Amino acid sequence: MDERLKIKTESLNFYYGAKQALQNVNLACPEKRVTAIIGPSGCGKSTLIRSLNRMNDVIPGVRAEGRILIDGVDILSPRQDVVELRRNVGMVFQKPNPFPKSIFDNIAYGLRINGLRDRQKLAEIVERSLRGAALWEEVKDRLRDNAFSLSGGQQQRLCIARALAVEPEVILFDEPCSAIDPIATAKIEELIFKLKEDYTVVIVTHNMQQAARVSDFTAFMMLGEMIEFDRTDKIFTNPSNKMTEDYITGRFG
Amino acid sequence: MSDLKVDVRANLRKRSAVKEAAIKAFFFVNGITAVVVLLGIFGLLLYTSVPAFREIDLKEFLGSPAWDPTSPEKAEYGILSMVVSTFLVTIGALVLAVPIGLGVASYLSDVAHWRVREIVKPVVEILAGIPSVVVGFLGIVIFGPAIAGIFGLSHGLNALNGSILLAIMSLPTIISISEDSLSAVPQAYAEASLGLGATRWQTLVRVKIPAALSGIIAAVMLGMGRAIGETMTVLMATGNARSFPTGIFQSVRTMTANIAIELGEVPYHTTHYYALFAIGLVLFIITFLVNMAADIVLRKYQEREQ
Repeated sequence: MDERLKIKTESLNFYYGAKQALQNVNLACPEKRVTAIIGPSGCGKSTLIRSLNRMNDVIPGVRAEGRILIDGVDILSPRQDVVELRRNVGMVFQKPNPFPKSIFDNIAYGLRINGLRDRQKLAEIVERSLRGAALWEEVKDRLRDNAFSLSGGQQQRLCIARALAVEPEVILFDEPCSAIDPIATAKIEELIFKLKEDYTVVIVTHNMQQAARVSDFTAFMMLGEMIEFDRTDKIFTNPSNKMTEDYITGRFG
Repeated sequence: MSDLKVDVRANLRKRSAVKEAAIKAFFFVNGITAVVVLLGIFGLLLYTSVPAFREIDLKEFLGSPAWDPTSPEKAEYGILSMVVSTFLVTIGALVLAVPIGLGVASYLSDVAHWRVREIVKPVVEILAGIPSVVVGFLGIVIFGPAIAGIFGLSHGLNALNGSILLAIMSLPTIISISEDSLSAVPQAYAEASLGLGATRWQTLVRVKIPAALSGIIAAVMLGMGRAIGETMTVLMATGNARSFPTGIFQSVRTMTANIAIELGEVPYHTTHYYALFAIGLVLFIITFLVNMAADIVLRKYQEREQ
């Protein structure tokens, strides 16, 4: 692989209390590419992606070992400023989770907490972010409406726009389409495909077609271990591991 | 044979229908009891209040600050001083209790280790069970002298003392219910906020507290209800002067304290007697309005959240 790596995990082990959820995971995500993580339920793919912005920290009793390098810096280091990290590594969650605020305020939230007050500037970035998430045309006349008045798919694109607004370098998608319908899913996939022009994208999905459609690289995980990691076309046409083949051909999972 | 079977079944069905009806009736009676009791209290208050206004002008009753029913020259029945005193003491209590209560609730829901929460929360709730006379006692022996000492007063039995004690008494309600509503805010909101690079403090203040606001308002209103209606504590701690209050260092007499002090001494079926019930009626209406306002606020927020 001659790509420049943005994210790299080295022998990552992760524990919920005494239970080990990740075993010796070595993931490498090239810059400005889409990396998909697939695998059956409970394989640790969500745990892995949530480690990348240390979102697991909010759960009591968790522990990570090994290294997670982003641009060569170990984010597991105690000196790492978690707030800074999360500003740089945005996240879109499984279920759309807009705040109970207006559409505008949802997008502006990340800017306001960073101290941006200028109304003109806020409006500008809100528009740019909504355009970036292909939502602007649908909501431009009702930015003051509550975000809950949007459909599920629109809410998820709002969450993407909200993540874009703070201008991260990496965006993590944790099963972003599991709670929305196929048409909305198609829109989001299209969007993810476009996002890789500017961002490094990591996506967890249990929809294998989705991984095949949107990603450049795919990691297959099972029972907390990474079984195979390769270019997406290789994984889906000519996997080198028997388990990967069984999974993608639907023999289990 | 089959006829017998049908017969038994029909019988069973009939019996279960009767049972069903009986159970329904039982729960209906239970449910309606609360309403009947409430209406009964209201009716009784109204019934015993109305005779007071044969001799007292309603305008004087509500608008005059002078209350002196046993005056040998001219009995005066103005409750304005007491109404103002009640509000003074109650608002003072809320000014103290709301920030502290919200702070403790936020600490318990967001900062404290879960083990700390498991210990502190029940303790806070036990605090609610302390008899009001004990709290009043604290006011007399601890807070009163302390206030007198700090502010250089001759004694500390004043509105501030009452406010402090009522704050202590309403804190458990405010803490417990605010904490419940903060903990009930979906984790997804907090994660969304943290995921955007917000600090825990920003997440608490800008996302969690607004999302839990309906519960917090309900908590404050319930705490206020407790403070308005509290009798023994204010009776013991506020000095019971009948004058119109001009500040928090004045001795005041609240509506509840006045009823408690005078009702034991008053001759039955006199204007004075009826007037005390009229005070009770006013108090009832105030608490009713507070509860209704809380309900309206709650409903509004819940609608907005849906």
